[in-house]
Amino acid sequence: MMSGGAANFLEVGRMDELARLDSPVHRLDARAQAITTIVFILVVMSFPRYAVSALMPLFVYPVALIAAGNLPVGVLLRKLAVAAPFALFVGIFNPLLDHHVVTRVGSFPVTGGWLSFFSIMVRFLLTVSAALILVSCTGINRLCAGMERMGMPRVFAIQILFLYRYFFVVGDEGLRMKRSVEIRCAGSRKLGFRVYGHLIGQLLLRAMDRAQRIYRAMVARGFDGEIRLMEPTRAGWREAVFVGGWTALFLATRIWNVADGLGGWLTRSGL
Amino acid sequence: MHMADALVSPAVGGTMWAVTAGLMAWCARKVKEARDDRLIPMMGVLGAFIFTAQMINFSIPVTGSSGHLGGGLILAVLLGPYAAFLVIASVLAVQSLFFADGGLLALGCNIFNLGFAPAFIAYPLLYTLVAGKDRTRARAWAAAMVAAIVGLQLGAFGVVLETKLSGISELPFRTFVLIMQPIHLAIGIVEGLVTAAVVAFVARARPEALALGVPRALTARSLRPVFIGLLVVAAILGGVASWFASTHPDGLEWAMAKVTGKEEVAGVEDGVHAKLAGVQAKTAFLPGYGFKKERDAGKPSGTDPESWPAVDAGTSVSGLVGGFLAFILAVIIGFALKTRMKVA
Repeated sequence: MMSGGAANFLEVGRMDELARLDSPVHRLDARAQAITTIVFILVVMSFPRYAVSALMPLFVYPVALIAAGNLPVGVLLRKLAVAAPFALFVGIFNPLLDHHVVTRVGSFPVTGGWLSFFSIMVRFLLTVSAALILVSCTGINRLCAGMERMGMPRVFAIQILFLYRYFFVVGDEGLRMKRSVEIRCAGSRKLGFRVYGHLIGQLLLRAMDRAQRIYRAMVARGFDGEIRLMEPTRAGWREAVFVGGWTALFLATRIWNVADGLGGWLTRSGL
Repeated sequence: MHMADALVSPAVGGTMWAVTAGLMAWCARKVKEARDDRLIPMMGVLGAFIFTAQMINFSIPVTGSSGHLGGGLILAVLLGPYAAFLVIASVLAVQSLFFADGGLLALGCNIFNLGFAPAFIAYPLLYTLVAGKDRTRARAWAAAMVAAIVGLQLGAFGVVLETKLSGISELPFRTFVLIMQPIHLAIGIVEGLVTAAVVAFVARARPEALALGVPRALTARSLRPVFIGLLVVAAILGGVASWFASTHPDGLEWAMAKVTGKEEVAGVEDGVHAKLAGVQAKTAFLPGYGFKKERDAGKPSGTDPESWPAVDAGTSVSGLVGGFLAFILAVIIGFALKTRMKVA
């Protein structure tokens, strides 16, 4: 189930444009970034369910990468907003179901439900932005090549690359067909089921024809059943520092509650 | 329904990743063994086709809502289960990376929920059986309906189970099931109708296309993958259920039964979660990594509010101040690191 696909259609290409930027982060080996992202998500999700303030120091990772990678915040925020409803939908039940008061801010009681709801939303922000940053800094080609070298089946790496490449072609074709139907209906009727079935069937036939043509073109250029991925980059000390440094930082925030310590120190000295 | 990372615990996400990665490796081997070069572009383009088809909606009469093709079942019909599973996985991977639709940790869950059921259960067990050898029109429609509905019901149930076992959502099992299953019954009916309509169209317009591009080796009906897959899931669920049983003898019935008191449900949930946290601590790559969590999650917060360590106005204000400050600092340090990294 995908929501708002058409609206996002062009933004997909935007992500790959971002991946072609040149910055210290973009120059890192894709494997280093993939590993760091996974460690980050695992650490975020390992926090206890009422954790909110303890998660805050982890924002340093997405912010640092956005800043160092020169990524546009607006594009990433739009994608976050599009993806938010599901987390909201499941998370919003927590305040309704978990009523016991776990803490008080002044005289205002805070229920466990609200705390865990905010925790879910913070986790959502952290994990989704980390995933978006990963693609924006590596791009589909380098990411797939890197994942393949880390043991992902080659057939699958190639599948993702093909899917991605032909998404633009087949997608354009589909949108053109849709537009032509809409024009013939003069905007007065929505697409009915019968027409829809024919449209999608037609699109499928065209897609399959295209696959045949692509295959013939590949054979004509000497395709022997083996796909060679692009020349891999090398991982050196920069990558080791990147992965090691961030991992150490993530684990440190997981073990010591930086936010609580900071708050305790401040309120004690302040009051 | 794509699950987000924010609702999946590392234990559940990791387990489902392991299961899915195994299935993918096995499907990749099967596709490779088929030794059909045409399959590579066909799989790629059909993945792009599914993406596109999901962007085109039709209006559902009366309800005012709209529907579109999900795609799992039609891929299985066109490509056979193994290649279809890989294509579904690739579609979900791209969705999670480019659309933030479903998380990376949850990707294993999502691939399993939306790929395993249509490719390895609904298609080989139901679709081929109902459609029969002759594939008359009526039978093809019935087959698509039954297979799509069952596939989506299983997928939705997977979402419920994985969310529940993750212990992050407070939603009681029963309520969640009662929300998810009917919604996905409707989605399943739409999916069945669309799949049947597209298959019928292709069968009429170009009958040979349905048999095209799929090597015999990949369409052969074999129940082995289904049994192996189910066995793996059963083993995992069995393991989880037994942790359940060890903390609360009748925990599962409790969760299934009408939720009479919130306390009990919260207690049950904590039981599962505490156990999973325990497993997580054991499997963590650094010892002591999940230590703090285990201690926190082990407390039955529902039954004994006093046991929550911080019912104290002083500490909670400090937590609030600290959290806010930590966020600000994180942002500042993040920007500061930018200059550092530029120098580097």
